[in-house]
Amino acid sequence: MAHHQLDARRLLCPMPVIRTQNFVVDLPPGDTVEVFCTDHGALNDIPAWCRINGHEVIASRTGASGEVVVTVRVGAKSD
Amino acid sequence: MARQRKALSLISGGLDSMLATRVIMDQGIHVEGVNFFTGFCVEGHTHAIRKKDKAKPKRNNALWVAETLGIKLHIVDVIDEYKDVVINPKHGYGSNLNPCLDCKCFMVRKAHEWIQEHDFDFIITGEVIGQRPMSQRRDTMPVIQRESGAEDRLLRPLCAKNLPETLPEREGWLQRENLFDFSGRGRKPQIALARSLGIEDYAQPAGGCCFLTDEAYSVKLDDLWRSRGTRDYELDDIMLLKVGRHLRPRPHFKLIVGREEGENNFLEGYRKQFTHLRTLSHPGPLVLVDGEIDADDLHLTARIAARYSKGRDAASVEVEIVPQGGEPQRLLVPPLAGDDMPDNWLL
Repeated sequence: MAHHQLDARRLLCPMPVIRTQNFVVDLPPGDTVEVFCTDHGALNDIPAWCRINGHEVIASRTGASGEVVVTVRVGAKSD
Repeated sequence: MARQRKALSLISGGLDSMLATRVIMDQGIHVEGVNFFTGFCVEGHTHAIRKKDKAKPKRNNALWVAETLGIKLHIVDVIDEYKDVVINPKHGYGSNLNPCLDCKCFMVRKAHEWIQEHDFDFIITGEVIGQRPMSQRRDTMPVIQRESGAEDRLLRPLCAKNLPETLPEREGWLQRENLFDFSGRGRKPQIALARSLGIEDYAQPAGGCCFLTDEAYSVKLDDLWRSRGTRDYELDDIMLLKVGRHLRPRPHFKLIVGREEGENNFLEGYRKQFTHLRTLSHPGPLVLVDGEIDADDLHLTARIAARYSKGRDAASVEVEIVPQGGEPQRLLVPPLAGDDMPDNWLL
């Protein structure tokens, strides 16, 4: 299982979700991705996208600088 | 056993596409959603840049609709491809820089490509005859079918009974009698249908779902094109048009002035790409300079920055100017008086 980091800073909704979606598509189930965002909407949108598409948010935090970090575990591909 | 038929629904995040999707799901069709991000989409988060809007729910409505309906949603970045739609619309613009008919043709064409790649059977939209003056008219709806290439694989469940039969209806994949005959700009039939389906929460975007339908936004985009001498844009350009007060004191440069803390924070992310100013002696906004400026212009921009600071009535305000890639410098300037600032500077 590999761990990855994805920079989605300075992007507004829905670009952080699109970047996450396009990054995750090539990863095997079980890999984890930390997504770094400055749009706090990502705290809602990335989890919503994960729930819809069978992935899991295993952590989310807001750093001192206001940056948001959402960690996603890639789920099994359904198609 | 009959094959499970599959439809792709264009999900905007509004009520109509939500209803159209649900109506088709209820007929036993497997539906997935697609949402095309053009860069001009009005999203809650874009509004939420402004601190005064922070209390509004921060959700992407298309994602929310998909989750509520229990379907997958594919969000597709079409920013680059969409430029040609905005810059060269074959069918022209609406009342502002909104190329609605070309936009709908483009999106249905992209959806048609998607269903061919993913072995889906047809496309659904929440369109209603007569609801939009450009793209949802009896004479323009067939244009979308034809120019997108989707032809009779495009079904509009909310007004299907007002239109010729489509392939899914003819083939018996679903029942035409369970579709609808809505028309016009009224919302009562949609609201009644939502209620009958138990849908009580839905987005009601004021002013539509696209910035290009907004007059003030279109004025700023037109100014951008005129000032650069070319009808082109990058994503950062169109995002910045959504934020701040835009002033063009001279043809060769424009100022973007944050209106409050949320906008200033957003503009902070662009400091390295622009010459920028802020007031030191008094609280004030971050000001980005879009264009090349000389020493005289610098003095004028400092005075404008001072005018929008808390020191606007002071005799002088200290302003820091940071040229793009250069060393910061400080100027002590009198704030520009209102009489010295023509109304037509403000875009």
